[in-house]
Amino acid sequence: MKLHEYQAKDLLETCGVYVIKGVVVSEASGIDAAVSGISGSGPWVVKAQVHAGGRGKAGGVKLAKTKEELKEKAKAILGMQLVSNQTGPQGVKVKKILMVEACDIAKEIYVSLLIDRHSGQPMMISSAEGGMEIEQLAVSKPEAILKTLIDPLAGLQPYQARDLAFRLAPGYPSDSTVYVELTELLMGLSRAFFKYDASLVEVNPLIITPQNKVVALDAKLAIEDNALFRHPDIEAMRDVAEENPKEVKAQESGLNYIALEGNIGCLVNGAGLAMATMDLIKLHGGSPNNFLDVGGGANKDTMAAAFRLLLSDTQVKGILVNIFGGIVRCDLVAQGVIDAAKEVKLSVPMVVRLEGTNADLGRKMIAGSGLPITPAEGFDDATLKIVQAVK
Amino acid sequence: MSIIINKNTKVICQGIGKSGTFHLKGCKDYGTQMVAGVQPKKGGTTVEGLPAFNTMRQAVKETGADATMIFVPAPGAADAILEAADAGIKTVVCITEGIPVLDMSRTKAILKAQFPSVRLIGPNCPGIITPEECKIGIMPGYIHRKGHVGIVSKSGTLTYEAVHQTTAQGFGQTTCVGIGGDPILGSTYLDILPLFEADPETEVIVLIGEIGGDAEKQAAEFWKKNMKKPIVAFVAGRTAPAGKRMGHAGAIVGGADDTADAKLKMLAGYGITTVDNPSKIGEAVANLIKR
Repeated sequence: MKLHEYQAKDLLETCGVYVIKGVVVSEASGIDAAVSGISGSGPWVVKAQVHAGGRGKAGGVKLAKTKEELKEKAKAILGMQLVSNQTGPQGVKVKKILMVEACDIAKEIYVSLLIDRHSGQPMMISSAEGGMEIEQLAVSKPEAILKTLIDPLAGLQPYQARDLAFRLAPGYPSDSTVYVELTELLMGLSRAFFKYDASLVEVNPLIITPQNKVVALDAKLAIEDNALFRHPDIEAMRDVAEENPKEVKAQESGLNYIALEGNIGCLVNGAGLAMATMDLIKLHGGSPNNFLDVGGGANKDTMAAAFRLLLSDTQVKGILVNIFGGIVRCDLVAQGVIDAAKEVKLSVPMVVRLEGTNADLGRKMIAGSGLPITPAEGFDDATLKIVQAVK
Repeated sequence: MSIIINKNTKVICQGIGKSGTFHLKGCKDYGTQMVAGVQPKKGGTTVEGLPAFNTMRQAVKETGADATMIFVPAPGAADAILEAADAGIKTVVCITEGIPVLDMSRTKAILKAQFPSVRLIGPNCPGIITPEECKIGIMPGYIHRKGHVGIVSKSGTLTYEAVHQTTAQGFGQTTCVGIGGDPILGSTYLDILPLFEADPETEVIVLIGEIGGDAEKQAAEFWKKNMKKPIVAFVAGRTAPAGKRMGHAGAIVGGADDTADAKLKMLAGYGITTVDNPSKIGEAVANLIKR
């Protein structure tokens, strides 16, 4: 689950990370009052609060020298359609902005924490070359990226943070407070990673001001979905307006769904088979509309919810049901398909492939249902048939 | 022959709620030597005709079990893995999906330090089966036949697909291992492949991968250096968009080299037989065996 920058800053602050907080505004009518009450003498920065990255280049971050300019920039950004390299061509609407006092910058550093799958341990990734995109740096100058493995039972150790501090900000006097503050900030990021069950903590840039203050100028925090049950307070911070509405709806019905661009709706049991089904559609020249794993217990209700979801999408020109019934019986799946198809009034071609327990019975039930459903023998046959049907 | 489990394996089911009990029965009906169920507060009762115990320590002491199948819900599943290891279980199969990744990270660190000889399969996996001898997991037993193909896979239903195809081709399987779809796994391809290489009955190995991570690359490097038996590989998720979690917590494209296309290309580059059509796994195996 992704959080906004302003939410991330609140949470990191409780772990001892120094951040500069500002004012969040979500209604254009609230801008004037917020600007009048804002602290500091400027300049200020207006930052679009969206879940997608690449905001700066997309015009979602602007500097303002005066309060008048701040109002103007805030009004321009709030409500804009922000198109970055992470949003897709249609972009996302900016529904919230953060206004914060600007900082002078003497040095920029990059820091993030995530799970390193290779070792199965948390890892701190950092670079003295902050400010730029880490993906670019990984290509152009991989030696500038430091990777520090963290013991999951002990957390980041002070010696590790200290060592990083001296490597990330070379050139300050040995007794400079910069090293003390930077060490403490890195320790705080590690504490936050563990405390909140984060899947990602990223600060880019982490800056050192000309007055030697160490500040997390930006903050990204994502919480691992599987651990949300431990953090109801954070789950309450979820901003569903930032998520794909179809995916939110699917989640409410207990479906594992990802929206894609194509026209063939897919309904499959099992994540691997669901991915492979999409792949096979593509291989045969079709285009999948979605990833949808109905899971092991594909009963009538989940089937009906899945069909409603697929049929509510006008892009869907055909539906492929691919079930390998291991534990779940195919005759029950067939009944679910038939009931759901009747209930939601099937309006597009549908191909059903049933394999596994009681598959023969399931196929007979579908053939005898009188519904315009094409049965398929095997995985390959099923995808070929649906690709043909939508052409 | 087989790997990891056989007809002598004695199995406990940890977590005997609705789905644990259902699958305990499924395994027992298949012929697995199920010996007990474990769940706090259920000690002294019976489950599907077997004794239930409060703790793994009691259950292992009374039954001499050497394997366990875990259905404990996600918040307590990592703890259940450690309980099994501490009770002396050597093969821990964790079916549970949705364990927080930091819990698994900690659990793996503890297993490595304190129980290095324990083999954990999963979590978030269908389990492991040696056809006609022992099934520990949720896979449909009847699609399997005793035979000569070893299968190691990150996916559940896609494994059934490969099993179904190799059975239909008449080859059958030695052992099928679902290693699971999570980012941190107890056993990886690297733990399973050497066992198949050493197993005299296994002639061909089917490896089913997914987008995300570098496990397939490690497997390919290992195969090149240490193995003689041929592998047929399929990687699911060619159509998956970057940055989206495709059902499995581990199935997420993070960079340029963990896409399905990059992995298939990499595997082929090492000389491994790859299929881009998942319905052709059985045929590819047939071609290798006939050769």
